[in-house]
Amino acid sequence: MFLENVLMALKAIWANKMRSMLTTLGIVIGTAAVIAVVSIVQGFSQVITNEVQNLGANTIIVEPFRPPGKDGDKLGKIVLTWEDGLAVMRTCPSVSVATPVVQHFGEVKFGEERSQYPILGVQPVFQDVRNYYVDLGRFFGALDETGRTNACVIGHGVLTELKLPENPIGRDLLVEGRNCNIIGVMEPKGQLLGQELDKFVMIPYGTAVGAWGHTVEENTAFLVRSKTPELVEQAADEIENTLRVRHRLRSDQPSDFKVSTQKEFLKSFTKFANGVTYVVAGVVSIALLVGGIGIMNIMLVSVTERTREIGVRKAVGARRSHILSQFVIEAITLALVGGIIGIAMGIGVGAIAAKLIPNWPGFFVPIWAVVLAFGFSSAVGLFFGIYPAAKASRLDPIESLRYE
Amino acid sequence: MSALIDIRDVTKTYEMGAETIVHALDGVSLSIEAGDYVAIMGPSGSGKSTLMNLIGCLDTPSTGSYVLKGREISAMNDDELAQIRNKEIGFIFQTFNLLPRADAVQNVELPLVYSGLPRRERKIRAEKSLDAVGLGTRKHHRPNEMSGGQRQRVAIARALVNDPSILLADEPTGNLDSKTGEEILALMDDLHRGGNTIILVTHEDDLAQHAARVVRLRDGKIVSDVRNHPIAG
Repeated sequence: MFLENVLMALKAIWANKMRSMLTTLGIVIGTAAVIAVVSIVQGFSQVITNEVQNLGANTIIVEPFRPPGKDGDKLGKIVLTWEDGLAVMRTCPSVSVATPVVQHFGEVKFGEERSQYPILGVQPVFQDVRNYYVDLGRFFGALDETGRTNACVIGHGVLTELKLPENPIGRDLLVEGRNCNIIGVMEPKGQLLGQELDKFVMIPYGTAVGAWGHTVEENTAFLVRSKTPELVEQAADEIENTLRVRHRLRSDQPSDFKVSTQKEFLKSFTKFANGVTYVVAGVVSIALLVGGIGIMNIMLVSVTERTREIGVRKAVGARRSHILSQFVIEAITLALVGGIIGIAMGIGVGAIAAKLIPNWPGFFVPIWAVVLAFGFSSAVGLFFGIYPAAKASRLDPIESLRYE
Repeated sequence: MSALIDIRDVTKTYEMGAETIVHALDGVSLSIEAGDYVAIMGPSGSGKSTLMNLIGCLDTPSTGSYVLKGREISAMNDDELAQIRNKEIGFIFQTFNLLPRADAVQNVELPLVYSGLPRRERKIRAEKSLDAVGLGTRKHHRPNEMSGGQRQRVAIARALVNDPSILLADEPTGNLDSKTGEEILALMDDLHRGGNTIILVTHEDDLAQHAARVVRLRDGKIVSDVRNHPIAG
């Protein structure tokens, strides 16, 4: 009986292909949106998680920061120097190493080739803090730092873009008009979400402050590494306390710096992903509502068109429940057909999106999203199919048989 | 032995607006034995359609009693009536009333679907029923691929398939040419000889001559009840 109803429903849907297609459009769009967005958000999460793992779960970033609002305005000049960083290393037991990082964009030339790159001033421990090492040559040593040498380490992407020889060690680059000797090339990282990760030039921190001046020195950020990943939160607290004491902040004043961990970064990303999900859920629920009303409308038309059929069925012995279930099943089948088309379209869109975005970890739709899409479309069919079906089941057989 | 159909003092009234009450049936009593072939005749508005709907358990009387095969019908609810129609009544309509998207077998098995028979048994019985009306070669044709006479044979096969107590035919030849109409009437004669109880509702005297007994209605009352032939068997 159930299978019969499903087959009958499919036959009725097939007999009115165009009409059925238009009717289910809302459901198609709704489920396609669910699948596509879920697959894209999932891929995005994967990328972010990979990146965080790559960076190391025990990395902490400390930056100068003016908090928003009145309290922030009252703080006066925001200053963060490497003196603060050294104090952190001295006083925070959970911190293992730290490097200052200063950065700005500048022109880099090799022969006739030139381009704008981020130029970073870092210290020798950068490699260990960042978990990111040279591929060729060597990194800065203590002498480069103290002697403020004109040495530089380049990202892998600079190699090809500036048409450097395959082994560029010992060649000179013109970094903002200053001749810098290439001592190392970092390992290639590729792209992340369309962002080039291999196009930068590093110089010793000391050289950078010497060249860029006092303002830069007072705006130094640090990359800090805690002793173990478990100690990250504790290290962050220690840094916060140390710096607040050093900056003589009263307990009613906000911090004039920001300490962020990967955990917080993940948290804020999750927040963003959830936001996307809520927006999509809103769009989807409107699409499903419209789709459901479409189904109700077409089922009402169908009941009217098939009044005679209903009369015949009742005459040969169909009870109310038989007619009710027939039309409810038809509505659910209609919604599910829309759902299946939508899922297929969503998978298509997700797969195309995955192809278009470089460095995507591969296309993936979680099974729960498919189940959810199925569940929602059948629920819509059930909810909006009940009224027309009830109307059909209540038809008087005598009237129905006479209906033209 | 009590009669197959025992209708006593049945009235059926319809309210047409606030004031007017129409007496479609006005104190009708009628008894029909199993195996009889009864024509119910009368001009339009005589109440013959109302009587047919009552006998066919599509409707219940306003007052009076209707006992079919020993069971009182007049107080039954919709679902009970549906069950009685399913088991006891086989309808043959003027306009055939076949499902357009279903083939002959699927149309014929429809009553069995609502009896809850398993698929395999339904197919066997539907095909047997189609063989019985001479449509053994047209089992998988749809109504629009068949002639009017063939469609009415499918409808008769559907009416017979659940082995009902009564075949109830409402102007079964009304949509057919006279030659095809004769063939259908001959088929019904055969069915009567085979032991089926047939009630034929018509306004044509020619048709009524096929029946063993002719009941005439006028203004909601039985005005004559004549037997042409003895009950078969």
